[in-house]
Amino acid sequence: MRLTDLRRKERGRIIGFEGGHGFQRNLETMGVRKGKVVETLAIQPLGGPIVIKVDNMTITIGRGMAMKVLVERL
Amino acid sequence: MKILLVGNPNVGKSVVFSRLTGVDVVVSNYPGTTVEYTNGSMRIGEETSELIDTPGTYSLEPRSKVEEVTAQMIKEADVVINVVDSTNLERNLYLTLELLELDIPLIVALNMWDEAKHLGIEIDREKLEEILRIPVIPTVAVTGEGIKELVSRISEAKSPDVKKHTRDDRWVDIGKIVKEVQVVRHRHHTIGERIADATIRPLTGVPFALAVLAVTFMMVALVGEGLKSILFDPIFELYKPLVMQLSLLLGYGTPLHYILVGELSGGGIDFMESLGLLTTGLYVPFAVILPYIVAFYFMLSVLEDSGYLPRLATLMDNIFHRLGMHGHGIVPVFLGLGCNVPGIIATRTLETRKQRFIAATLMAIAVPCMGQTAMIFAILGDRVEYLYLIFITLILVYVIGGLIMNRFVQGECPEIFLEVPPYRRPSLKTLLKKTLLRVKWFLADAIPWLFFGIFLVNMLYTLGFLDLIGGIFAPLVESWFGLPREVVVVLLAGFLRKDLAVGMLLSPRISGMMTPEQFVVTAVVLTMYFPCAASFATLFKELGLRDTIESALIMVSTAFLVGGILRIILLGF
Repeated sequence: MRLTDLRRKERGRIIGFEGGHGFQRNLETMGVRKGKVVETLAIQPLGGPIVIKVDNMTITIGRGMAMKVLVERL
Repeated sequence: MKILLVGNPNVGKSVVFSRLTGVDVVVSNYPGTTVEYTNGSMRIGEETSELIDTPGTYSLEPRSKVEEVTAQMIKEADVVINVVDSTNLERNLYLTLELLELDIPLIVALNMWDEAKHLGIEIDREKLEEILRIPVIPTVAVTGEGIKELVSRISEAKSPDVKKHTRDDRWVDIGKIVKEVQVVRHRHHTIGERIADATIRPLTGVPFALAVLAVTFMMVALVGEGLKSILFDPIFELYKPLVMQLSLLLGYGTPLHYILVGELSGGGIDFMESLGLLTTGLYVPFAVILPYIVAFYFMLSVLEDSGYLPRLATLMDNIFHRLGMHGHGIVPVFLGLGCNVPGIIATRTLETRKQRFIAATLMAIAVPCMGQTAMIFAILGDRVEYLYLIFITLILVYVIGGLIMNRFVQGECPEIFLEVPPYRRPSLKTLLKKTLLRVKWFLADAIPWLFFGIFLVNMLYTLGFLDLIGGIFAPLVESWFGLPREVVVVLLAGFLRKDLAVGMLLSPRISGMMTPEQFVVTAVVLTMYFPCAASFATLFKELGLRDTIESALIMVSTAFLVGGILRIILLGF
């Protein structure tokens, strides 16, 4: 499943990415990488971004980007 | 010696910089406040070194124009101080390892040490030092803790031999390091965190955002008005007899009287209308605009330091993405409401040319600076419906302009990807310091321009030049915008400064012939048709020649279009 499939307050573990090298690198340098546990804090309506928590960071990430993050629900 | 401060965005580099150099710089609680580097000097023992604060970056492989600056500058450094956010050790270490692979002596400041402790994060500093083989010093820059030790150990900065990593093994190594040096005690969500989360969720966050914006603008208006009537106006009342004396001394009608004191109305001085250097030239910047500038920058600082802006960016992303930017585009708009120059510079935080072009162009078209807004307030203050009319028009133009440009401007439009910092309680001292710093910039910038502008306008009037120009453009202004020909002069002054231009509308030569509706049309056209000299220079620097010309063409045509439509709606044919 994808990061966008998590409902609010649900947690998941990142298992992979779809999308190019540059994309993956951008996410990684902000701490969003394989093996990390993410929690969805908020989902903005009408295709807006979602807000996730990774470690101690809160990050806003566009819906299109979040679609390319593969997770397993915890 | 050249020392560089390098680190992820929003880890407190600029605070460390002020601590080390004593130079005040603007710091805020959101990533990307510093978009240009700042120079200062610091003493280490007997030696004076150059210290440079760089824009934050997550990696040495740059992602935006801002990050490029940093990657470039590092190559010329003698020593790098890597400022690390202790509450996010793992992510911050990526840049640290990248820096280690360069051949530049490195030292690490583990900043926000207190906050990490608070969050139940324990970092074994000595072990980290051992593994990295460079000095690691815990610091709390906001209180100054650890700064002395940092300075004393700069000479120990080292560049140990490190094998070159690929990205993946860098993360593997970081994983190992973190496992060895860091212990995190598990904590439950606090009530504070739950409230913080509520402000970023749409259902609760949007009403909260509307309330925050309403309170902010109301406070600017109230505090600005208060400062003006309680502090600045009384000061000018005390000053008035002095100028009257001067007026008598110079003699009404002499050229010097005209330049320094200006016109007299009813035998006395009207600070708003006289248009002399020592009357209007001082009154407008100090008594009319300054109070609002102070109020605005104070409120902006509150928004910045609390950490609310990235949350607002998240909530606004939906709209801004349709305008060809993303949520972070709200930050330049806020800065631009103070002064367009820093606003345009802040568009650098957007990633692509398309986004920057749209953000900068819309700023120049539809975001009035505080000087201009204050003057509009001063003139229309008691006619609230006209104020609304002006600002609603500008907001509409911003949105529609963005929708159109998003379709036609070539280029990529990446999505928002933004770190949201924790809320912090702003300290009053920092707020006041920051407000003062920005007010100083305003004064240094505004006073010379306003003086020059008033002087120039007076000279050109006297020489008959303005009547000449007025004659040439009068048909256009009269027939298209439905405005008196005297407005041509106002529009010319707008090339210098917008507040000056709005102020000229008060001159008896012009104000007598204008209806409030015509004033609305003028104010809107004045905002849109072209940026003031300082903003234009900045625009040129940021966008380059081709894009600036394109941007200027869009401005002029928008002004004609919107001005024309407003005229039909408000004034008829």
